[in-house]
Amino acid sequence: MKAYLIRRLLLIVPALIGISAISFLAVQLAPGSPIYMVLLSGRGNGNEGADTQKIIEDTKRLYGLDKPVPVQYALWLGRLAHLDFGNSYKDQRPVREKILEALPVTLELNVLSILLIYLISIPIGVYSAVHRGNKIDNALTVLLFLLYSLPSFFAAMLLMLLFCGGEYFNWFPAFGLHSLEADSWSWGRYLLDHFWHLVLPVLCLTYGGLAGMSRYARAGMIETIRQDYVRTALAYGFPERTVIYKYAMRNSLIPIITLAGTLLPALIGGSIIIEQIFSIPGMGRLTFQAILARDYPVVMGTLTFSALLTLLGLVLTDVLYAMVDPRIKYE
Amino acid sequence: MSTNTPLLRVRDLRTQFHTDQGVALAVDGVSFDLKAGKTLALVGESGCGKSVTAMSILRLIPSPPGKIAGGTIEFEGRDLLGASDQDLRKVRGNDISMIFQEPMTSMNPVFRVGNQLTDVIRLHRGSSKADARREAIALLAQVGIPAPEERIDDYPHQMSGGMLQRIMIAMALSCQPKVLIADEPTTALDVTIQAQILELLKSLQVSKGLAILLITHDLGVVEEVSDEVAVMYAGKIIEYSARTSSLLETPRHPYTQGLYASLPSMQRGRTRLHTIPGSVPAATQFPSGCRFHPRCPHALPVCKETAPPWTPLENGSGVACWLHAEAKP
Repeated sequence: MKAYLIRRLLLIVPALIGISAISFLAVQLAPGSPIYMVLLSGRGNGNEGADTQKIIEDTKRLYGLDKPVPVQYALWLGRLAHLDFGNSYKDQRPVREKILEALPVTLELNVLSILLIYLISIPIGVYSAVHRGNKIDNALTVLLFLLYSLPSFFAAMLLMLLFCGGEYFNWFPAFGLHSLEADSWSWGRYLLDHFWHLVLPVLCLTYGGLAGMSRYARAGMIETIRQDYVRTALAYGFPERTVIYKYAMRNSLIPIITLAGTLLPALIGGSIIIEQIFSIPGMGRLTFQAILARDYPVVMGTLTFSALLTLLGLVLTDVLYAMVDPRIKYE
Repeated sequence: MSTNTPLLRVRDLRTQFHTDQGVALAVDGVSFDLKAGKTLALVGESGCGKSVTAMSILRLIPSPPGKIAGGTIEFEGRDLLGASDQDLRKVRGNDISMIFQEPMTSMNPVFRVGNQLTDVIRLHRGSSKADARREAIALLAQVGIPAPEERIDDYPHQMSGGMLQRIMIAMALSCQPKVLIADEPTTALDVTIQAQILELLKSLQVSKGLAILLITHDLGVVEEVSDEVAVMYAGKIIEYSARTSSLLETPRHPYTQGLYASLPSMQRGRTRLHTIPGSVPAATQFPSGCRFHPRCPHALPVCKETAPPWTPLENGSGVACWLHAEAKP
């Protein structure tokens, strides 16, 4: 197991190189360029004609954009080797610093969301499986299907319109992670205010995954309660509750845990939209704004970090998998 | 209790499955007695209702689609079909225990075999963890598991089918039941292992005075271990013999004769194996009259019309066949 883990962690390195190479190329291929942004900001200074050409050349040299793309990539990779992601084109701050500020915010959103997805979807799935075909199961099926089909940006705007002080209710804050005056509050109130701000964004990130996951949980449990060993447990006098929550549960969790690996990338993707809508200063918003500004170092930095998180998530999934299923051994 | 009073009395048991094709009469009026210390074999082809009969006794028929539609099952005079779930749970695994056809899939793959065993002991006896473990190790030794104090911590996938069936037997015996239902206990095992498991069951029966209901399609197994035989066809018992040897010497029902003739035999030499033409009809559309008549070599006109009555023979044996009925219409 230990050797396997070390091997898996080492394999992350080539995977990251591959992912970053493709990202680097894709970012460069996208229309627009940071030079255009510089020109936009310099417009109206009276620098026209020949000066414009000079600005273009200078900016290219400054950002290293005068070199061929493969060389640029090699230089970027070389700097990455000592954890240097470069500086942002926009405010010249080190990208690493910007990411380290934004990462905890996004992690908090996503970890909360994953926890909620599992905590809610497993009981729903088990209930539906045990009572399959009854009215509540059918109602849940329709409801979850609706939730699954609802795009998160649409839900986010709808919720904002309804609950964030528009024409209807003023129950939740519309943006940010804290109220403006929160810094002067006691930590209890500060925390409460923080969670208050998180309710809607976490809800938007959670419901889609929740809908999908509870269907998987239901299917897994239906499959499991048909197994011979469930009949054995019943034949030996265990109450149905024990049979389902002890003997069947662990078996039905196996396929659901594998899905955690697919959940993480989806959540990170969802974060981009949700953080932008709710003005939350996390990785998603950082990425979105960097893309708009063609801020290549920041885009590359956030992409690499998201890829790293996803790859780590996959390794974690494999470890969890081995923990619930003794038949799985990593040599 | 005298040996003549049955431990388990099954009368007119009817178990049905409601399917899209109609109602399947999987078990259709089965009656038998299981006496203390005796082995009753329930024999028949796949799909004749013998496993469903076994499952019905402990009410393990999945519902829906299954349903026990009628009849009575009494254990030591107590009604099992009408018992509350709680009372039934005290019988399951404690008074009546069961072993299954596929030991590999009948044990839970994610729990150690020892824990599955001690869970049963602790459920019915309320023993402490340590006591239950000691008990489990002793049981494993009893059923012939080598190095039981090590194997007890294995997972099912680390064991062979024969080993697992021994563990199932240990689990079945853990609460000193009076009745053991063995549903094709050797079908999934190699022939040499089969013999060992049958030997084990036989010796345990003698030492513990167990009553065994043995479900099998294998007349060889029947000959080896059972005292009494009931032959099932299409949801009904069509022949019963209080002495296994007499049934095997003189099978009365044409179906039993056919089954017996289908056994490979050393005496008959290298001839083509006998088969019964056709196959067991689907339980949703049984033929009229005697359900065996379309496949029967001796079918009479009456067989098509009316189901044959039960004809008692000597020693409580009996057969349901017009060929043996005293009054033919």
